[in-house]
Amino acid sequence: MSTLASPGTAKATTAPKSAGPLKRFWRNNGAGYMFLLPWFIGFFGLTAGPALVSLYLSFTNFDLLTDPRWIGAANYVRIATADAKFAASMRVTFTYVLLSVPLKLAFALLVAVALNRGMRGLPWYRAIFYLPSLLGTSVAIAVLWRQLFASNGLVNSFLANFGIDGPSWISNPGTSLYTLVILAVWQFGSPMIIFLAGLRQIPQDMYEAASLDGASKWRQFWKITLPLLTPVVFFNAVVQTIDAFKAFTPAFIISGGTGGPINSTLFYTLYLYQEAFGFFRMGYASALAWILLVIIALFTAFSFLSARYWVHYDD
Amino acid sequence: MSTSITLEKVHKRYGAVEVIHGIDLEIDPGEFTVFVGPSGCGKSTLLRMIAGLEPITGGNLKIDGEVMNEVAAAKRGIAMVFQSYALYPHMNVYQNLAFGLETAGMKKSEVEPRVQRAAEILQIEPLLKRKPKQLSGGQRQRVAIGRAIVREPRIFLFDEPLSNLDAELRVQMRVEIAKLHRDLGNTMIYVTHDQVEAMTMADKIVVLRLGHIEQVGSPLDLYNHPANKFVAGFIGSPKMNFLNARIDAIAEGTTTLKIGNQTLTLNRAAKGASAGQEIELGVRPEHITIAPADNRIAFGDVTIDLVENLGGQTMLYASTADGQGLTVALEGQRSVADKSTIAIHVDPALCHLFDKDGNVL
Repeated sequence: MSTLASPGTAKATTAPKSAGPLKRFWRNNGAGYMFLLPWFIGFFGLTAGPALVSLYLSFTNFDLLTDPRWIGAANYVRIATADAKFAASMRVTFTYVLLSVPLKLAFALLVAVALNRGMRGLPWYRAIFYLPSLLGTSVAIAVLWRQLFASNGLVNSFLANFGIDGPSWISNPGTSLYTLVILAVWQFGSPMIIFLAGLRQIPQDMYEAASLDGASKWRQFWKITLPLLTPVVFFNAVVQTIDAFKAFTPAFIISGGTGGPINSTLFYTLYLYQEAFGFFRMGYASALAWILLVIIALFTAFSFLSARYWVHYDD
Repeated sequence: MSTSITLEKVHKRYGAVEVIHGIDLEIDPGEFTVFVGPSGCGKSTLLRMIAGLEPITGGNLKIDGEVMNEVAAAKRGIAMVFQSYALYPHMNVYQNLAFGLETAGMKKSEVEPRVQRAAEILQIEPLLKRKPKQLSGGQRQRVAIGRAIVREPRIFLFDEPLSNLDAELRVQMRVEIAKLHRDLGNTMIYVTHDQVEAMTMADKIVVLRLGHIEQVGSPLDLYNHPANKFVAGFIGSPKMNFLNARIDAIAEGTTTLKIGNQTLTLNRAAKGASAGQEIELGVRPEHITIAPADNRIAFGDVTIDLVENLGGQTMLYASTADGQGLTVALEGQRSVADKSTIAIHVDPALCHLFDKDGNVL
């Protein structure tokens, strides 16, 4: 038996060492990138790509039927100077965000604190309270809400028991937006679950030390619970604010897609939808979408900048 | 003015499980009492019951003769230092110290001097503006103690306050707490599982096991006269040696033991024991010598399994002729070879006898 390797064998064994850097990189990382591929396809094909296209379209006049026509910043100029509906939708959206987010967070925190007291059947209560969050943004719930607050709805039937003749809450411009705020607050389950997890993280020792110091439950809440929960409050506030800016379905269903009565439920996203799919002004709608993105980004940036003054991290 | 604490038949039950079984204890005014015992013995539960953080299932807790079972924690005149320090992470040191006083409704002009004085005592004045996360473990511990001091309580409770510190800092803080007790003179109860802390700090040690008190006494009482094998084994470091033995004969004033093939005669009678009874001989490692002396008797030869030179002390891990393990702690640096056989000597007056149930004979 020969122990000498033939020249051909020697070449074969040294071949991997001479493989190019690309090949080596692929051999080391290929499997990982294959696993990432679905996400890459989704991100570039369905998120980044369309976003960049919409940025381009926002500088064009485009009606889906003819080719986009470059008009520079004309869409943005019109939005800023000559669009009363834009101003109305901003007013409605900001009112909705500023009312619904704090109310929803306060209600979620209240229920979380109540549930955190070690009551029996806690998993059941948690599931029940979380349910509206799963259903809340659905069309079915929006339809139900319309029935609830209609002139002959359940709310007015209940008020009639006390001799109160309630208005049609949905078709009254003074109250219609508030029915949507109530719907948002009703979907408190998701922040509540996160608050509950945050409350569980606060060491019991802190409360025991405070109780030895004579602090009442009320003082403990304000001086210990709330400050130590600020990272969770911050997270919930950012997520819920972004969600509130993007709210669409309830206003669409309740107003029948009009944003009425008298633009009182004309959410920004609803106005954007009307421009895009009602009037086929895709370029203009794209400009509106990018303005919304900038507003949300500014709000988020402000939240992060302000966090250093009111969010307490242990480490 | 110092305060006395009395526990009368104090029980604690969680559902059907009883964890504290009728504790009777008297703590004198100004006394530094240490609850010591292994994990799960109920020492922290007992402390929390005194603090008012755990309800008392049965019996009475009296502070200065007044029953306190139903009195709220804040009204008992107690301050507690927690194992985790329990500092409020969002408040700086000053705010942490002032929290209790502000909660009590004290004016800022009253709070400030008290905080300053506590900070002076504990030498944490430069840290007053820092947050707990900016402090070392030892500094946090000082702040936790400071938070107790500012309230000027009748009683201080410490729940394993040094267990999160490294060995060096633990010794330093141990001394500081002992000094603090000397300076303030308050009644203090200190919980630990570390018998060295108990021995060095306590006026009175309460040894607990499985919710019962095994023995109460001064550190040297417990060291010299343990009531049973558990206390004998728990108090003292290194741990007491226990050797299986049989009583060969009991005569007036002497007890002859058989340990394997070796015979050892102690010049005292084993109380309540009889010839032929299987017992355990307890002898502390530091009470064994390798040199004969007047008050010592020969124990026999042992084989050295391992030698540890600690500098100030030499530890010998040995085996008796019948294979029982034995630790010997010798003062200073000794030259003893591994696997060598040496003769050891014990002082009969320092030997302890226990029956098979662990009761002292």
